[in-house]
Amino acid sequence: MDVRAQLVMVFNLDKCLGCHTCSIACKNIWSDRRGAEYMWWNNVETKPGAGYPKFWEDQRKYKGGWVLKGNYVKLRAFGKFSTLLNIFYQPYMPKLEDYYHPWTYDYANLYNAPEADDQPVAEPVSLISGEKIDIEFGPNWDDDLSGSPLYAENDVNLDERRIISSFGKLFMFYLPRICNHCLNPACVAACPQRAIYKRGEDGIVLVDQNTCRGWRFCVSACPYKKVYYNWNTGKSEKCIFCYPRTETAQANACAHSCVGRIRYVGVILYDADRLDVALKVRDEELVEAQRRIILDPKDEMIRRAAKENGVPDSWLDAAIKSPAYALIREFEVALPLHPEFRTMPMTFYVPPLSPVLATQRIAYDVEDHEAIPDMEHLRVPVRYLSKLFSAGNEDVVVDALQKLIALRAYMRAKNLGESPDEQILRKASLDTGATERLYRLFTVASYHERYTIPSLHREYLDVAPSDERRGGRGFGIIAKPRGGL
Amino acid sequence: MSERIKDVFSPELRSWEEFYRNRWQYDKVVRSTHGANCTGSCSWWIYVKDGIVTWELQATDYPSFSPGIPNYEPRGCQRGISASWYLYSPLRPKFPYIRGALLDLWREAKAKYGDPVEAWKSIVENPELRNKYVKKRGMGGFRRADWDEAVEIIAASTLYTIKRYGPDRVIGFTPIPAMSMVSYASGARFLQLLGGVCLSFYDWYCDLPPASPQIWGEQTDVNESADWYNAGFIAIMGSNLNMTRTPDTHYLSEARYRGAKVVVFSPDYSQVSKYADVWVPVEQGHDAAFWMAANHVIMKEFYFEKETPYFLEYAKKYTDMPFLVKLRKDGDVYVPDRFLRASEIEKGEVLENAEWILCVIDDNGEVRIPYGSIGFRWSSIEGKWNLEMKDAVDGEEIDVKLSLMGEETVMVRFYYDEYGESIRGVPAKVVKTKEGEVVVTTVFDLLAAHLGISRGLPGDYPESYDDNKPFTPAWQEKYTKVGRRTVIKIAREWAENGEKTEGRNLAIIGPGLNHWFHNDLNYRAVITALILTGSVGKNGGGLAHYVGQEKVAPVASWAVVAFAQDWVKPPRLQNSPSFYYVHTDQWRYDRCSYIEPVDGDGLPEHTIDYNVKAVRLGWLPFYPQFNENPLKLVEEAQKEGAKSDDEVRKWIVDKLKEGKLKFAIEDPDAEENWPRIWFIWRGNAIGSSPKGHEFFLKHFVGAPNSNVMAREVAKDFVSEVVWRDAPEGKLDLIVDLNFRMDSTAVYSDIVLPAAHWYEKNDIQSTDLHTFINCLGGATSPAWEAKSDWEIFKLIAKKFSELASKHFPKPVKDVIMAPLLHDTPEELTQSDVKDWKLGQCEAIPGKTMPKLIIVERDYANLYKRFITLGPGIKTLGAHGVSWDASDIYEEILNEFPTIEWNGNRYVSLEEDVTVANIILTFAPETNGEISYRGFKNLEKKIGKPLSQIVEPYRSYRITFEDVKAQPKRIITSPVWSGNINDGRTYAPYTLNVEYEIPWRTLSGRQELYLDHPYYLAFYEMLPTFKPKISPRMLDEIEGDEGLILNFITPHGKWSIHSTYYDNLRMLTISRGGQVVWINDEDARTAGINDNDWVEVYNSNGVIVCRAVVSARVPRGMAIMYHAPERTLYIPKSKKTGRRGGVHNSVTRTRLKPILMVGGYAQFSYYFNYWGPTGVNRDTYVVVKKLRR
Repeated sequence: MDVRAQLVMVFNLDKCLGCHTCSIACKNIWSDRRGAEYMWWNNVETKPGAGYPKFWEDQRKYKGGWVLKGNYVKLRAFGKFSTLLNIFYQPYMPKLEDYYHPWTYDYANLYNAPEADDQPVAEPVSLISGEKIDIEFGPNWDDDLSGSPLYAENDVNLDERRIISSFGKLFMFYLPRICNHCLNPACVAACPQRAIYKRGEDGIVLVDQNTCRGWRFCVSACPYKKVYYNWNTGKSEKCIFCYPRTETAQANACAHSCVGRIRYVGVILYDADRLDVALKVRDEELVEAQRRIILDPKDEMIRRAAKENGVPDSWLDAAIKSPAYALIREFEVALPLHPEFRTMPMTFYVPPLSPVLATQRIAYDVEDHEAIPDMEHLRVPVRYLSKLFSAGNEDVVVDALQKLIALRAYMRAKNLGESPDEQILRKASLDTGATERLYRLFTVASYHERYTIPSLHREYLDVAPSDERRGGRGFGIIAKPRGGL
Repeated sequence: MSERIKDVFSPELRSWEEFYRNRWQYDKVVRSTHGANCTGSCSWWIYVKDGIVTWELQATDYPSFSPGIPNYEPRGCQRGISASWYLYSPLRPKFPYIRGALLDLWREAKAKYGDPVEAWKSIVENPELRNKYVKKRGMGGFRRADWDEAVEIIAASTLYTIKRYGPDRVIGFTPIPAMSMVSYASGARFLQLLGGVCLSFYDWYCDLPPASPQIWGEQTDVNESADWYNAGFIAIMGSNLNMTRTPDTHYLSEARYRGAKVVVFSPDYSQVSKYADVWVPVEQGHDAAFWMAANHVIMKEFYFEKETPYFLEYAKKYTDMPFLVKLRKDGDVYVPDRFLRASEIEKGEVLENAEWILCVIDDNGEVRIPYGSIGFRWSSIEGKWNLEMKDAVDGEEIDVKLSLMGEETVMVRFYYDEYGESIRGVPAKVVKTKEGEVVVTTVFDLLAAHLGISRGLPGDYPESYDDNKPFTPAWQEKYTKVGRRTVIKIAREWAENGEKTEGRNLAIIGPGLNHWFHNDLNYRAVITALILTGSVGKNGGGLAHYVGQEKVAPVASWAVVAFAQDWVKPPRLQNSPSFYYVHTDQWRYDRCSYIEPVDGDGLPEHTIDYNVKAVRLGWLPFYPQFNENPLKLVEEAQKEGAKSDDEVRKWIVDKLKEGKLKFAIEDPDAEENWPRIWFIWRGNAIGSSPKGHEFFLKHFVGAPNSNVMAREVAKDFVSEVVWRDAPEGKLDLIVDLNFRMDSTAVYSDIVLPAAHWYEKNDIQSTDLHTFINCLGGATSPAWEAKSDWEIFKLIAKKFSELASKHFPKPVKDVIMAPLLHDTPEELTQSDVKDWKLGQCEAIPGKTMPKLIIVERDYANLYKRFITLGPGIKTLGAHGVSWDASDIYEEILNEFPTIEWNGNRYVSLEEDVTVANIILTFAPETNGEISYRGFKNLEKKIGKPLSQIVEPYRSYRITFEDVKAQPKRIITSPVWSGNINDGRTYAPYTLNVEYEIPWRTLSGRQELYLDHPYYLAFYEMLPTFKPKISPRMLDEIEGDEGLILNFITPHGKWSIHSTYYDNLRMLTISRGGQVVWINDEDARTAGINDNDWVEVYNSNGVIVCRAVVSARVPRGMAIMYHAPERTLYIPKSKKTGRRGGVHNSVTRTRLKPILMVGGYAQFSYYFNYWGPTGVNRDTYVVVKKLRR
């Protein structure tokens, strides 16, 4: 047993309102500079839709992630051999037009325009070349479109293209995405410079800005397209899980700013020894396999093993309070995004409920349903969700949704002063205690219950003695003043 | 796993990590928020690094006040978090800018005349010179200027205008005080000290729901968002919470986990639909048809087929349903008429204001006069204005009856739009009055018959839900396109939930219903469903209308400071819809064929005639008031011998009666009646809100690029106004305070650089939560920017300096003011009688507007501006008042003071003190003040109330407190929600729990509105009228192609126009203005996603990109409100000029019945009552633009 700790984020898509506050919080702090303007380390996509970069999920096009070949898991696009051959050329990498051409406007014209015979306007100009451009695509171009013949209908997860143009069946929800800080990160494996690493103490995956030489294998290899090339510095950059914040026990900027209160961040413990096996199961078993390597933080044996591996007590305690553990492992309502990419992503999603279906002949009539509608009447097809979150295993999705429905039905009875039918809970593998806890996590849970991030034990990690470091902090480790004293 | 993946602990290899850690480090964090009229009032932490504001994150330290209810953290959205972009953006005015042509003229004139007022006169009195800059508005050509020069032009032009035309030609527009109260107050205080005019916003934006004053006598009072969590059933309509209530939406998703059923009504699959259990794609504008049918089901099944005790008791006690309505004989049948008044029956004679007291019937069939009518509110005998069902004459309990079923049946004629007449049997009774016998029935019986519930009565009643007669589930299908089964199912669930939870039915509602011409009817249909299920005045129930940040929690003290009522009363406050309809000459293009009274005898034909009458009778304000300078008018009266104020008034009334003096509205295009100087701050008056934007550009602003293509058609339909050639460019000067070069700034003459929200101190409130928040200065205003307060101080100072020459002594001004709500003036006009037609005497304050003589001291205006006058010693709001003289004296020792004129006053030089004064004198933030208010109210009510706030008597909030943390307000007599002990705010809980009347005619929630205008238009009962047919609108004439209903809901990437030019928001949207259309509609017009299109009608033209999606229904175009015309807009092929924005294709249309005044809750108050700026009954042609 090789017990390690990992910071994990869970998104409750049932609550997500698609506001993109998270994206701006991230952009303001991390990618608002030359070369990084087109990067959205955190972005939100409308589903069904194309996403950013355009149709990133389509690995027939981008060839990202891993594939299972016999008993081996291999990068889809790169063997060691092809890496050498392709070292100056990334054939499957998204192009600028797949992301978008970043722009600003000639705002100054509104002041400087000389008196003329019509009103001046600010025209768009390229942030790269400074020339006037026309805006043809953006990082969130198909926002809220859903029934779009150009975008949503070509979503690779959608079997039945036309259902999203019928009022009786149309559906839409949102998918926020950050770097998944995977347990089996393709970016790390693909980097010829070994500039990308996974931090031991919290599992955050980082691109070393000193070592990176901009080969961009990581960009191609990441099936989620969450590593970006900074054309100004010539280095790749990506979501850093806000480590300067998490190290000090603050929630990530995207999580902090999540006004839908959909996000949860906490520690999980996993067994790195069992990773290899979990990666080699069949597609439909992937979710279950991934769940199995996540360990019970209350188990004394596991705690001892963790301690032996250097996981501090404060982290073990945090793992017990972790909402991520509860949602992923205990209640099994949170699922990984595209587990079939086999990177073992460390972000998880609670799938969304949706309105009941309707018939639409002369007039629009909703299908008959209970006060809290059943599974079979919901608009978002289970098939679609299973392609996103369980590599096609519909049962896993149904189980998660059933829990949300049972929770609502139980609480409705209580809300109306009626005696709740516990049968509903049992059918969804819940009991009253679990239901009340799940209810609390989804509703009244305070900031500190949603984000249970322990601070980093920096003192263990520093080379220099801590007392010396205390006085020296901030005076520069990388860029010391020239000449010295 | 690949052997290449290793976890790295090594600190040596990781020293580079400092790279991102350094970015996260900062120097300072300051609390502030955004003043953008988004209603969010979110507290933010603003991060400052190297003296630069670098980013913001939401504050998460809201005090938790109600265990078991999710907390407010975090609040803030994608727009708010983009605000820091503005501070250093190239869009920001760093210095004052002046239109180059004007600056040249000014410098020349100044050199020639020396005196600034003379210099201004020489420019504006010379049409050629005036045109040189007026006709170049919006055409570029700005020049950087300095503050001294800019302020001198402003002060000189204002003084000139006062001398030449009068102070009521100086106007100011700034919206939504709640979003930054001190900043609002800056210009408003300056304007009111000089006698200028403040323009309303809430009605103009069409945020005001007229049904709220109609039914409750209340502007708007709604649940804070945390209260949604208490609901058992949430119906959402016309409100896209994800877009507009972003920081509150989590309460919706969380209420679902608590088991609330959620139904979303929206014509498109809107963003909030994802939370629905049921999404109902009701046809836009026709929601009321659905709800009238739902009311039919609810009343039929839950009042008659089964009697629901909770509903019946609620109806008796809290609604006008038991009150008696007279039936008037008309031919063979009866028609519903006025309420029966105490004055009409013998035993009511003894009561004061008996004409304003209504009657019920008791179990013995006897007519009784219960407490609570509005007549008791203003009676000299206090204590009977409450909701006890006791007889006012003998004090006995009344066993009130809701229905006269079992008495005789009379045939009553009902009327339904498009359906026509319907004769239906109604139970009735003959009662004896002083005038003889009259037939009466109850509102309850009338409502049941009107809804089409026969109860076995004869007549044209529908036989079943499938019978296609008003208002059955089958009937509504043709309007809503929603099936009858769905209506029946939802109505039943709604009623069952109301019964089981005792009223925890919540309707979240917004502009999707309120922006239509018949907005009041749309709302009344929904409110009826709430009232029928006993859901108003309950936590988790009622009408939650979220359209604009109208709630200034500390309104009483704020209004004193803002409108300078500490020095002079009353202020000149103007309802913008009337003002702009008239002064931007939109009336000239209006045929008004869509105004169709059912019984129109004696009613005007044209909206402007309705408005003229409303002004003449004192129902609505109108400025400029007269065709003469009000200062000169008083002077003239005095010259002619009028000594006292009464004599001056009489002199003016006589001149009006003789026709020698005219109301300005009677000749709005005459030069002497134009508004002249326009101050705009904190708002985008030209770019964002103007319905009829292109008419604004043409007639008001005078810009040469207006795209108006409409014909002037009103000449033959108007009778009360003078018709003359249409002026172009009425304004002499447009001054804009701004931190963005927005669509208003580019059309202004002077742009003054204003402080950003992170650069000033101010306070904020909202109705979405119960905290007071602050704006706080994180850094000094960048470059030459100044806060609004500082800017108006500068202007006031210069003004007084110049005034010491031009107005060395105080002068008298006469203010014409309308009859006000929440004063005894609401009991003045029980019938419509016009003094001009000889139907009554002309009596100011009774049959016509008030005429109030005040003194203006222009030389001391600045000193008054910066000191707190004694007028704040007694104050109040919503008809509740209290004394604060002792506090006025005490605070002389608490705050900095200034001495002038031999007296010591609190200094208002600093914005922080202004904020503190507002907080000190308000009941919401000072427990002692609240206590005094309740003490006074309990006298009127005749029941103990002060115990409500007794435990909070020493509670007080200061500016420093709210800077440290958002602070919760306390229960106040000015508002209707009880928030003691951590209760969430729900409106009217005080009314329901303490038997405090609503401020209406009956004192109850009014389903029946008996004013003669309502009878004439057949809108006395809640009913349905479809949206206006394009045939009636004169907008699409002979046009072909893709014709769509054009709607402008609030969007995702801006708060009104704010953030529409923000690079962040433009980047994650489509980079400019777009129109959303259905994919099949697009195909028929050959339009692809992202194609350039022209969207036009006779009002103007928009050029934008198309977004194509099946989520939008056919026949509808959505353009999210409100783009800036400054960004990425090409010229129109149709007009050859720059394409416009969303309001380029709309125009102002006013609903006459909303102009009624002097009649209980139909009495004017600023932003409270009056016609609204509706805009959704609009049709456009959408065509591909070939470039």
